[in-house]
Amino acid sequence: MTSFAAVIQLIYVLAAACFVIGLHLMNSPATARRGNQVSTAGMVVAVVATLVLLIHDGTVTAAGWIVLICGALAGSAFGLYSARTVQMTAMPQLVSMFNAVGGGAAALVGIYDYIHVEGLPGGVLGTTTVATLLDAIIGGVTLSGSIVAAGKLQGVITGQPVIFRGSRLINIALGVVIIGTAAFMLGTASLPALLVVVLASLAFGVMMVLPIGGADMPVVISLLNAFTGTAVAMAGIVIGNWALIVAGALVGASGGILTKLMADAMNRSLANIIIGGFGTGDSVVAAAGPGGDVQVKSIQADDAAIQLAYASKVVIVPGYGLAAAQAQHAVAELASLLEERGIEVSYAIHPVAGRMPGHMNVLLAEANVPYPQLKEMEEINPEFARTDVSLVIGANDVTNPAARRAGTAISGMPILDVDQSRSVIVIKRSMASGYAGIDNELYTDTKTSMYFADAKTALADLTAAVKTLVG
Amino acid sequence: MSTALVTDLTIFVLALLVGVEVIGKVPATLHTPLMSAANSIHGIVLVGALLIGVTADNAVGYILAFVAAFFAAANVVGGYVVTGRMLKMFRRKTVPPQPAPEAPVGTVGASDRDRPAANGRPA
Repeated sequence: MTSFAAVIQLIYVLAAACFVIGLHLMNSPATARRGNQVSTAGMVVAVVATLVLLIHDGTVTAAGWIVLICGALAGSAFGLYSARTVQMTAMPQLVSMFNAVGGGAAALVGIYDYIHVEGLPGGVLGTTTVATLLDAIIGGVTLSGSIVAAGKLQGVITGQPVIFRGSRLINIALGVVIIGTAAFMLGTASLPALLVVVLASLAFGVMMVLPIGGADMPVVISLLNAFTGTAVAMAGIVIGNWALIVAGALVGASGGILTKLMADAMNRSLANIIIGGFGTGDSVVAAAGPGGDVQVKSIQADDAAIQLAYASKVVIVPGYGLAAAQAQHAVAELASLLEERGIEVSYAIHPVAGRMPGHMNVLLAEANVPYPQLKEMEEINPEFARTDVSLVIGANDVTNPAARRAGTAISGMPILDVDQSRSVIVIKRSMASGYAGIDNELYTDTKTSMYFADAKTALADLTAAVKTLVG
Repeated sequence: MSTALVTDLTIFVLALLVGVEVIGKVPATLHTPLMSAANSIHGIVLVGALLIGVTADNAVGYILAFVAAFFAAANVVGGYVVTGRMLKMFRRKTVPPQPAPEAPVGTVGASDRDRPAANGRPA
């Protein structure tokens, strides 16, 4: 290693350190912005060092520069535009698309390296063939799988699980093709074989995500995020670059942790999810519906406003229904009105509220809710006992006390202890059951009042009623 | 198995452990920005695309290099910008639309915020 190459390598290590420090600073909302800046700085340093290395080597043709610069500029413009214009509700789609392009780029690096360095007919077998294969497989699955996931989130592809006869068989066949061809490539360098692996991986990605229901999206996005990281790390091993290896491993760890957290919060095992139990909960929905003997207490805006206005502690429990109705600004307005009266208001955020990990927090932050009011499940649960009114908006299964009992569809699922508060108001359009397909026992509790309306309309009416009340 | 590969695998495993340690401490409130930040970090694949793409010398090579550079650049730029945009929204206190109550009387009040200051520059 020349001293020049050594310096460049050390700069990559510096960049990797910046990524770790940047992620570390994300352990608090107060320092998170600085964390992102540190991480950006690391990235800039790594890219500049790479450019210096390329110029120093002087091996790049003019055409090569033009292609790379045009590609990078066009990509930057596209990334910048989508990042600037995206709605916060559409964040899961955007993250999914970034997963797709990241995985795609990683796969391309591996494929490209194979073509140039080791893959030509009769060419030498590289020591990194395993990494190349893993890169191509994981990257391919991530690329197509993330595009399908983004399509589902955007509503371009149905959010319902797409299951057709023989799909399990196709998955097995694709798996056999991928593993078989990959095994063959360990002994023989063959470019066509690599293309077979890539195409089969792309098909597998589509087949993997299609049968997944919309409610499972937080798990899927996290998993694909972990895949992207792993693919990038593999690309790093292929081209022997430490910055890629470290960055990829960090992302892989992050995605893996989030996948586990989301799976736990949804009461599904990771194995169950990977083997294809995705979206199975949906099939039970038909069995639900309004039960014949349930007695629910219905409430109107005026009465609900009285309860809220004379409480001393109110906890708001937002679910995906709130985001779907775009009611996050309406709820923030009601909350600040209550706060002006000296009422303590906080938000109880379940880990899977929203369409990706932590999504609800971003939506509420956008609506100007200060982050100290956003409470995680473990933090807020002990507080319900001294809460006067819990206002549940578009959240269902995550508030169902049935989860504490054995023998229900959601047994063992971590829930918000809303039923322990002194009174509960639930804003919901109907008695329809949630994703788990079972009745919510909270709704029939004697201290619960049901406010049947669309979240946005209801919150506007409530805010108006509170204003009239306190004049 | 070459020494380089062993080194690479060592780095991978250690980085994975560091990642688990660091990311386990991130609060659920920040999970979306975390994922978005992780997204921008895997944009480092841009470095890979650059290092590899320069060896292109035929049409297929150029196309692959172009697509890889496009994907990776979109990833890295978009990822950082959108993470910054999200994190900017996380505030400790509500930003009051009206003058801040704690602004001392007699100094430049919050109501002056939108008007140019005496020196002609926006305050």
